[in-house]
Parts: sequence; C-alpha cells; structure tokens
Amino acid sequence: MTLVNAIVQGIFLGGYYAVLACGLSIMFGVMRTINLAHGDIAVLGAYLTFVIVDHTGASAFVAFLAAVPVMLVLGYILQLTILERSLKSGILTPLLATFGLSIVIQNLLLITFSPDVRSLGGSAGAVTTAGWHLTSDLSVSALGILILVVAFAVFGALQFFLSRTRGGWMMRATAEDADAAELVGINSRAVHARATAIAVAVAALGGLFLAIRSVFDPVSGPIQLIFAFEAVVIGGMGSLWGTLVGGIALGVAQTIGAQIHPQYAVLSGHVLFLVVLILRYGGARLPLGSRRRSLGSARLSRGSGR
Amino acid sequence: MTLLQVEQIDSRYGLLQAVRDVSFEVGQGETVALIGANGAGKTTLLRTIAGAHRPHGGRILFDGADVTRVPAHRRVSLGIALVPEGRRLFPGLTVEENLRVAVVPGRRGRWNLQAVLEVFPLLQPRLRLLAANLSGGEQQAVAIGRALLSNPRVLLLDEVSLGLAPIVVEAVYASLQNVIGEGTTVVLVEQDLTRALKVAGRVICMLEGRIVLEGEARSLDRDRVVNAYFGLRRPAAGGAPA
Repeated sequence: MTLVNAIVQGIFLGGYYAVLACGLSIMFGVMRTINLAHGDIAVLGAYLTFVIVDHTGASAFVAFLAAVPVMLVLGYILQLTILERSLKSGILTPLLATFGLSIVIQNLLLITFSPDVRSLGGSAGAVTTAGWHLTSDLSVSALGILILVVAFAVFGALQFFLSRTRGGWMMRATAEDADAAELVGINSRAVHARATAIAVAVAALGGLFLAIRSVFDPVSGPIQLIFAFEAVVIGGMGSLWGTLVGGIALGVAQTIGAQIHPQYAVLSGHVLFLVVLILRYGGARLPLGSRRRSLGSARLSRGSGR
Repeated sequence: MTLLQVEQIDSRYGLLQAVRDVSFEVGQGETVALIGANGAGKTTLLRTIAGAHRPHGGRILFDGADVTRVPAHRRVSLGIALVPEGRRLFPGLTVEENLRVAVVPGRRGRWNLQAVLEVFPLLQPRLRLLAANLSGGEQQAVAIGRALLSNPRVLLLDEVSLGLAPIVVEAVYASLQNVIGEGTTVVLVEQDLTRALKVAGRVICMLEGRIVLEGEARSLDRDRVVNAYFGLRRPAAGGAPA
C-alpha cells in the first residue's frame, strides 16, 4: 500500500514536472533550441505573480492570469531580440546565449528581491491545504489533483492547437522545414516568436506551481531546469505527449526512490534519466528506439509516420 | 503585359556566383521554360525570384513593384508561388494539412482544396495520410497543389519531373496543362528538353549562370538549343572547363 501511495504521489508530482517541462519541449520541438534559462524564466514568472499578489492582495491564481500577457510579450520579444540572432550562428550559440540569459535573470532577481525565500502558498487559498485520506495509507491533496488536471488541460489544449488549427499546422510546418514554410506563405519568424511566447507563458505556470507547492528564491531556476530537461529527455525530445509521460515517470521515480530512502528521491530521478539516455542513445538496440520525433507525431491515436 | 521582370540579377553562395547578370521578362499568361545543364543556376534563379535566396545585386519587379527586399512569405501573398526542387513537403503533416496550411487568408481566386483535388484526383483518398508516406508522384501532386492553393499569379516550378517514373511525369504534366490552360503564368525548370519545348511558349537556356539563348519554343531549332545547353561552339572556347 505504501508503494501505491508513492506511485500516486509520484503522478501528482509528475504533473508539476510536466508543466515545467512543457515550454522546454515546445522550444526544442519548434526551433531545436535548448533554452538553458527555462528554469529561471519559470522563477521570473513566480516573482511577477508574487509582485502582483503583493500589490493587489489578489489570489495567486488571479495574479497569475494578469502575469500571463506580460510573459507572452516577454517571450515574443526574447525570440526576436536574442534567440533568433543566436540561432543564425549555429547550434552552440543558443546554448551560450540562454546560459547567459539565465545568469542575467538570476542576478536581476537577486538585486531586486534579495536572496530571501518566498512562497505563494499563503495566497493560493484553501487548495494548498485541502486533501482527502482515501485509506489509512493513501491520501491525495487538492493541490496535487489541481496541478495534474491543469497539466492535462495544458497539454490537451496544445495538442488541439497543433493538430486542429491553422496556427498549429503553421507551427508544425515551420518546425519541420522553416525554409519551405516561408515558400508557402508562412512568416517563420512570427511563428517562432509565437512558439517562444507560449513556452515562456507555460514556464511561468510551472513557476506558479513551484511557488504554491513549495518555496522559491532567485536561484531556484537551475534545479527546475534540470527536472524539466530530464522530463523532456525521458519522454523523447520534441514529442509533446512524451513530455507529459516523461514528467510523470520522473515524478514516480522520485517518490519511489524516496520510499526506499528519503535521500534517494532526486537521485532515482537522475538514474531513470540516465537509464533512458543509455537505452535510447547508447547504441544498444533496445525497444525504446532512437527516432527523433517531430512535434506532429505527438498524436497517439492516429499512429506515427513510419 | 509584363508580370515579372528580372533585372541584372546576381546571386551567390559565398564566393560561388551561381547567377550572373541575368535579365528577362515574363508576360501575363506566358509559360516560360528555364533549361540548362546541372549547375547552370536555374534553381538559384527561381529561389531568388521566390525570395528564398537574397540576391547579391539586381532587382526583381512583380506587377511593376520592386519586390527584391520583400521576404518570401510576403511574396506568396502577392502572388508568387514556388514548387521547390525536391518537393519539400512537411513530412509529419497529413496531406490535407500540407495543402490547407498553404491557403493564404484573404487571397481569392480559382483554387481551393476542392479545385486542387479535381486536378489531382489521386490525392482524394490520401488526404489523411502523412505526407512522408506518399509515393513520389503523389508528393509532387501535393507540392503543386500546395503552391496553387495560394492562388498565385505566377507559378514557379522547379524540376517537377525529377525522380519520377515516366508515366507519372506524364500524369503530372497532364494536370499541369489544366493549370496552364487556366491562364496562370508559369516559369518552369525542366531537364527534359523535348518536354520543355512542348509545354512552354518561350525557352530560356542558361549556362554557367548566364542566359545564352532565349526564344520562342516554336522558332528554336533543337540543335541550337542543344549547343547552347552544353555550351558548344561558344565564342569564348577557351573558358574554364565545367
């Protein structure tokens, strides 16, 4: 029964990791950019929400809704000013540029907000404390359910956007061949900027959940980036549903590890990540396969292009 | 009426000069074939007209307006569509998505999904397949249909017969005849000389980045075209070997 509880808690934790990883997955899927500032952008979103809560006294969720447009604009500008330029000069440059961005964000947050630890748990209402004991060993928290439901909603909405709307087709077309996309009338620069805007806004949602379920400070970003990155890799680079599955797998691995010994929580997540890496890219012919998936093949029901 | 004017275009890849000082005009409703050996600069010229390659010098005028600095996606909404070499479909999108993503909102004209499927009926049962799973001929049909859906005023076709079985080439050209019959202006690159002379009203032959022969398809005799094609009997016989 404790194992069942560990798995259930792991799934809830995984919902959080999936939300955190979503933006990273979008940016990799559409632009092949690995955004090393992703965790810091999530924390920036948390701080922005924190500032709004602080000034208006609104609930954290309402404050987050106000922060979303700001994050969207920020992402759009980020792509057009920094990422687009760096993408033109090879694969390594975006890594360096986003690494630099990460340091800049951390230090700006340090200067503005001091190194104090903060939380939004207090301003999120009853959802942070509510929960149900299903049996003596199994309990579920309202916050865990909320995050998991939001995670499915976010991935479902993105999947709908990508597979059913013209904007989504444009994004997938640009992801597959930006040059050919231009030739059918798609403004690939604008599509890239839109993808980054969505990624940054969803990262901020990850930041909100971090701030509600736990605490954050200006240097919380890098460890969040590592969890997000692990979720993306476990699920398969560039596959959207894969990222959701990867996040949940990471969460379950961590809670099961914690069941064995509390110190093993994060470690067992890393171990799962390494095992997946070795199985998929280590040269061994094992069932996971190494086909690089495109954003479009995220569709589960209609089968993949093989 | 002149629809497309290419003025002294000079296109390069780094130090390699692929197109040198090329000028020509295409009138409304004309069908022009660009011919020439591999590496003559035909593809680069088409890509430059479509905006996928930025020229080093020269101007491109479309319907009287200078479009040299206009990005490729905006040229599509002006009415320039390129069917690129190698088809360049989006392999992870279905056939229907490949086609519908190319519809330019607000550009009206004869072509919609239904009209394209009438010209290429073989695509009807394939609409829900991923483009990656199509045969070469089907892919070419999608590529042409995709370009038509932007309702172009000038359609640029780059080697639509490349890599296709002769019978499929026949079918593709039969469909193209319908398109040309509609009055769409067409500039096509074609390796097959006989076919180029048959389809096109006018032929432009390129060699090493320059136009070496230009004339009405009817009036050109085949030997002259072949000589121009391979650069035989040129005045500067001492030129660099290919």
